[in-house]
Amino acid sequence: MKITRKHFLQMSGLSLIAVVAKKLVGGSANTSASESATKKTRWGIAIDLQRCRQKEGCNRCIRACHLAHNVPEFSDRGHEIKWIWKQPFEDVFPFAQTTYTREVFATAPVLLMCNHCDDPPCQDVCPVGATWRRDDGVVMMDWHRCIGCRYCMAACPYGSRSFNWQDPRPAISAVNPDFPTRTKGVVEKCNFCEERLAKRLSPLCVEACEEKALVFGDLEQPDSEIRRTLRSRFALQRKPELGTRPSIYYLT
Amino acid sequence: MLISEKALVGGRSYGLWIMCLLLVAAAGLLCYLRQISQGLAITGLSRDVTWGLYIAQFTFFVGIAASAVTVVLPYYLHDCTEFGPLTTLGELLALSAVIVSVLFIVVDLGQPSRVLNIVLHPQPRSVMFWDLIALSGYFLINTVIASATVNAAHEHVAPPRWIRTLAIVSIPWAISIHTVTAFLFSGLPGRAYWLTAILAPRFLASAFASGPALLILLCFLIRKQTAFDVGNEALRKLSLIVTYATAINLFFILAEVFTAFYSEIPDHEAGFEYLFVGMGGDYHLAPWMWLSFLLSLIALTLLLVPRWKTDSSLLVIACLCVFVSIWLDKGLGLMIGGFVPSPLGAITHYAPTLPEWTIVSGIWALGALVTTAFFKTAFSIWEKR
Amino acid sequence: MNDRPYIIVGLVVFVAFVTTPVWHGLATQNARFATLEIKLPAQEKQCVAPVNYMRASHMRLLEQWRDDVVRGQGRQYVAYDGKTYDKSLTRTCLGCHQSHQEFCDRCHAYNGVAALNCWECHNDASSTTRKPS
Repeated sequence: MKITRKHFLQMSGLSLIAVVAKKLVGGSANTSASESATKKTRWGIAIDLQRCRQKEGCNRCIRACHLAHNVPEFSDRGHEIKWIWKQPFEDVFPFAQTTYTREVFATAPVLLMCNHCDDPPCQDVCPVGATWRRDDGVVMMDWHRCIGCRYCMAACPYGSRSFNWQDPRPAISAVNPDFPTRTKGVVEKCNFCEERLAKRLSPLCVEACEEKALVFGDLEQPDSEIRRTLRSRFALQRKPELGTRPSIYYLT
Repeated sequence: MLISEKALVGGRSYGLWIMCLLLVAAAGLLCYLRQISQGLAITGLSRDVTWGLYIAQFTFFVGIAASAVTVVLPYYLHDCTEFGPLTTLGELLALSAVIVSVLFIVVDLGQPSRVLNIVLHPQPRSVMFWDLIALSGYFLINTVIASATVNAAHEHVAPPRWIRTLAIVSIPWAISIHTVTAFLFSGLPGRAYWLTAILAPRFLASAFASGPALLILLCFLIRKQTAFDVGNEALRKLSLIVTYATAINLFFILAEVFTAFYSEIPDHEAGFEYLFVGMGGDYHLAPWMWLSFLLSLIALTLLLVPRWKTDSSLLVIACLCVFVSIWLDKGLGLMIGGFVPSPLGAITHYAPTLPEWTIVSGIWALGALVTTAFFKTAFSIWEKR
Repeated sequence: MNDRPYIIVGLVVFVAFVTTPVWHGLATQNARFATLEIKLPAQEKQCVAPVNYMRASHMRLLEQWRDDVVRGQGRQYVAYDGKTYDKSLTRTCLGCHQSHQEFCDRCHAYNGVAALNCWECHNDASSTTRKPS
């Protein structure tokens, strides 16, 4: 069969466009779940701030998480890495109080971690797909792929992410061999203990809390403990006006 | 290749210039090797201020690259024949500016060896993906146009007809590269200082002020060092562009300040307040931000007052003022204002460290080297006509 | 012709530069030209895949495991012989092979193959005894 050069070039061009288009469409399939999906899991945590305040200076959840995940400890505040930490109420919810209520709430500690947003800005901006929202609501990080551009850190409205400005290993007092460390030049954050979720265990912060201040569960299950808790009391979320739809709730 | 033939020969002062630039570039390279080995901890960046001088310089030089449109558009669409050689110089300057911008991105990466992941795992939802496409395309277009023009001059023939089409394509493309760069910042929900629709127009205005200002300064330098002269008419028209762009840029800044401070919304005010007044005891940027504002005012005065605007030495001062003013605002203030105060209200002091400045200077030197090589090639060929 | 000394010098520099791997190898004595001794596991005689496959394609298997665990949620690997393994570099691979210095690194150094540096992040026995700095 005779084929003209023009015809051949046309076919090649069209095939190339088709292949590239498929790659582009297929490549972006690893992104957030659609709103209309049913029967999905969505993990969430409700933090009871009253119960959290019971024990002053308690750091059990933070220590449990950071020890198990080999989070390094740096004395320089600028280079610190934290997956879960506490800050005063007035820093976290600056507009949830007025001048005359400030006395009561201002300094009460609030537990902070990655919000595992339903519509995470960090996922949108990552140029290599090193962070993405999994179908079950966990915002994941791929430390193999991260190029350390820190765009996700600029995009996160909550300051949940940390960057390894240097090799973290010298600053890890005791390495947990069951979990990798990270290397310099990558961004890290709370991973919702996804390695534990895979074994049907709840996150370490939830388990470590003696006051049972953290309620963990599936937000899509109407009769889960977290849903019942959220129905019983008023819950705040951090910066809800930004449309990120976090999975972390705060019971005041 | 023409460049290797023309750029490597020159007088004594030329050789000295090249040597100095190479030394600075080498120093920058050594510091960068140290950064690769030790990590970005050697910079002044921190958990709260995660982007600083590197990304700010990237933004600034994308603006310089985009500003080539200010000479290309009048020449091709409005028959401003005085801009003839300037279009080539502008395109060549754009090429070095793109190279410099990309270098600034590379030195900012925590894992630069993985940079190809951007191509292997493209994410069309990320503005950075589009920025890469825009910058690459712009670089390609300008390379083709500039090399075709210079080669044609070398062969003593008229440049090919299709250059005009490509040049016209480069006009919206130039606008797009800087718009996309602005979109990197202006779509982030957590950064109120950047979350403004006017960021892209502001970027363009400041680019169209600082880019032609740099071009004018280079033309004066070239006038002194070589026999080449773009002509006073071209310089006058270019200074007109600088004037308008500087005025519009100032207006945009004032419009932003109005919205922030009349609405009195704390998040909107915070960035400006930290930069221009200081917050939490940290006011080290305030003198620089006010200097930036003042320099723009001085430049505008020098450019507008009839008695002064025809004086060429005052034009040089005006252009220097514009360039430094916008460098301070866009090459430093813009970045820090977006990160301080942090999402949790923290005031973190950021100042680039010496290694950071050395790496930045090294990249500047590389840019100057590339520009010198390009310009020298162009001049040697034009001189033979 | 005045360029001759420059050309000769340039050629010498070029030849020296191009043969650097040879000088470097000889100088550092990294590669043991005579023998390659890798430490095989004492108890286990069967890997997760046949030896030939592992020799040729262990890098592909590791990349697949990496993508599955991090991105695909599939943590269990069913081997060719029906046994199920946990897709883990530290627990499964090093569970048998013990030390990457005595197994992985030796072959890689001998063959001059630079691998992705797994051990910057992933652990083996030595990393648990790290002392605080």
